[in-house]
Amino acid sequence: MTIEQLKKIREEASQKMNMIGKGNAFRIVVGMATCGITAGAEPVYEALQKIVKDRSLENISVISVGCMGECALEPIVEVFDSKGFRTTYCKVKPMDAERIIDTHILNGLVVEDLLIAKYKKIGGYYGA
Amino acid sequence: MALRYQVVVCGGTHCSSSDSQAIYEEFQRQIVAFEIDENVSVFMSGCFGFCDKGPVVIVYPDSTLYTSVNVRDVAEICKDHLMNGSVVTRKAYTNITPEDEAKIQKFRETNLYAHQERIALRNCGIINPEDITEYIARDGYSALAKVLTEMTPEAVIEEVKKSKLRGRGGAGFPTGMKWGLAARNKGGQHYLICNADEGDPGAFMDRAVLEGDPFSVIEAMTIGGYAIAASQGYIYVRAEYPLAVERVNFAIKEAYKLGLLGNDILGSGFSFDLETRLGAGAFVCGEETALMASIEGERGIPRNKPPFPADAGLWKRPTIINNVETFANIPSIIIKGGEWFNHIGTEKSAGTKVFALGGKINNTGLLEIPMGTTLREVIYNIGGGIPNDKKFKAVQTGGPSGGCLTAKHLDCSIDYDTLVSLGSMMGSGGMIVMDETNCMVDVARFFLEFTVDESCGKCTPCREGTKRMLELLEKITRGEATLHDLVDLESLANSVKDSALCGLGQTAPNPVLSTLNHFRDEYLAHIVEKRCPAGVCKALIKYYITNDCIGCGKCKRNCPTHAISGDIKQRHTINPNICIKCGACKLACPVGAIVTA
Repeated sequence: MTIEQLKKIREEASQKMNMIGKGNAFRIVVGMATCGITAGAEPVYEALQKIVKDRSLENISVISVGCMGECALEPIVEVFDSKGFRTTYCKVKPMDAERIIDTHILNGLVVEDLLIAKYKKIGGYYGA
Repeated sequence: MALRYQVVVCGGTHCSSSDSQAIYEEFQRQIVAFEIDENVSVFMSGCFGFCDKGPVVIVYPDSTLYTSVNVRDVAEICKDHLMNGSVVTRKAYTNITPEDEAKIQKFRETNLYAHQERIALRNCGIINPEDITEYIARDGYSALAKVLTEMTPEAVIEEVKKSKLRGRGGAGFPTGMKWGLAARNKGGQHYLICNADEGDPGAFMDRAVLEGDPFSVIEAMTIGGYAIAASQGYIYVRAEYPLAVERVNFAIKEAYKLGLLGNDILGSGFSFDLETRLGAGAFVCGEETALMASIEGERGIPRNKPPFPADAGLWKRPTIINNVETFANIPSIIIKGGEWFNHIGTEKSAGTKVFALGGKINNTGLLEIPMGTTLREVIYNIGGGIPNDKKFKAVQTGGPSGGCLTAKHLDCSIDYDTLVSLGSMMGSGGMIVMDETNCMVDVARFFLEFTVDESCGKCTPCREGTKRMLELLEKITRGEATLHDLVDLESLANSVKDSALCGLGQTAPNPVLSTLNHFRDEYLAHIVEKRCPAGVCKALIKYYITNDCIGCGKCKRNCPTHAISGDIKQRHTINPNICIKCGACKLACPVGAIVTA
């Protein structure tokens, strides 16, 4: 590989990863390090993938990633949207996958009861 | 019918003072009245930051911002907007700037990494660790490209020296200097090793990096190989991390496929090969000389230094060993420069450090903070404080080799030198938080038990000394010790510290010495008063039932040894001769009438 080829891979891949300004495209990531998998992230990931596949939602990519650092709140699912916002859902169960797709992706709403802000305390206050 | 609208009422202080609670309740009433409560949900959120326009209500998904909302407006919003889909223009704020838009969306996000700065973990949780192109998209391999095209090996070492990066494995030796020592030995085979044999109880930083961003370690090792003229690298990872092993092996394969490992990398003529080696779970193999023995196929036991690995390491060749997190910092240092890195953190401890926060803390997890952050910020801001409003007692840093920091150290900065001066150490980054229900003698006993188990047995101070120390500690927790034993314990701890062969033995007494230093009164309570103040040491506690007992009989039913007697609706009693102090009754009691003393 040459440096030019490396640059080309970088451009293509960042184009693919970047959701900003892509209309109704979403990148959904599931934390799947040992911590996430132990907490049950695998069935969540599979459920999300199945919905996306079954409904042929081509603008949505479901990706497994490493540890986000919030061990107590796993399994964690994050949704990155075309406006550059990052929504973090925690303690997600496989049965929540449908709600995340329906509510968040298709209707543009958030799944309130899974928002990390409701669970994580920062400096004595719950976030958001 | 699925959810169609979400109504978010600002619950910030300003809006609350102007009736947001009443508006929220009115919405709840009206959606029921209009029979739309199945597809509309209403909730309160934190402040949106439109305080001058309050009370504020936002309707999603169209993100309509209603300002100066009055309780009387609610019915109209419900009828027109939520039922019929037409915005109530009279109240809608139309002049929305992009900044406003960001504020409107903000309630979705929690600042996941508040008070943190992520360098080593920059890609963890962001990229797919099994897709090298995602790593490349996040500036992956641009550091290697820069090194191979623009920099000499000396310049790379200079840059790392300038960054003041110190070893993240615990001891904190300057990485640039270490690389320089190996590079000084010209000619012949050199080796580079990544130490991923993370053995401290409660530490999992390296696992997170290897599982979440294995490419950054591989890229950094290639850079390191170039700098010290090593053509072969090894990642020594413990077999207890099967997923990390799998992802690292996969990542290595991917890198070979793209020609980012192997011969003539990026057309530079530089070649570097990388393999994994699995550790079989011995704690001592995290010690560098034992680790090298293990790679050579020998039994994993340490040897004397000098000669240092930089002069004679693996197969007696110059070898550099760095920790996973140290490597994970390298690509950013090369891209952004050593100067950038050494401006983060403190003067003597540059950059950030990843910690695994565990124990009695609300937000357990991984965090990466600039060096010099105070302990208070970690425990109370990032960690979210101690659960159940218990009192903070101490935090153990550095695992079984470290010591504890107490409430009086909360405002001390976390960096290599401060921690050492307080009798602890940075260690690899485990932080175990303890509250008032932890007995410090028991904590010291726990860590020592670990060291005794893991001692390789080569040198007498560690093999025999730690065992004798453990016996003395057990004697104390049983309430059988005398003050003379305490003197013995302390002098033995100091002897082991001064005479053990390797770093593990030398630091093994640290938990004992530091708890003795900060919590001597607890030791004395065990020895003189035969009492465990935290109520942990079984031999010294007694369960009894107070007057609060309602006579429900739950304790009696849960007692495995039938030590509890009493009639229904009468105060029960525990027979101390039969009680095995398992605590099942205390857990079962619905009114908290069972206490220890």
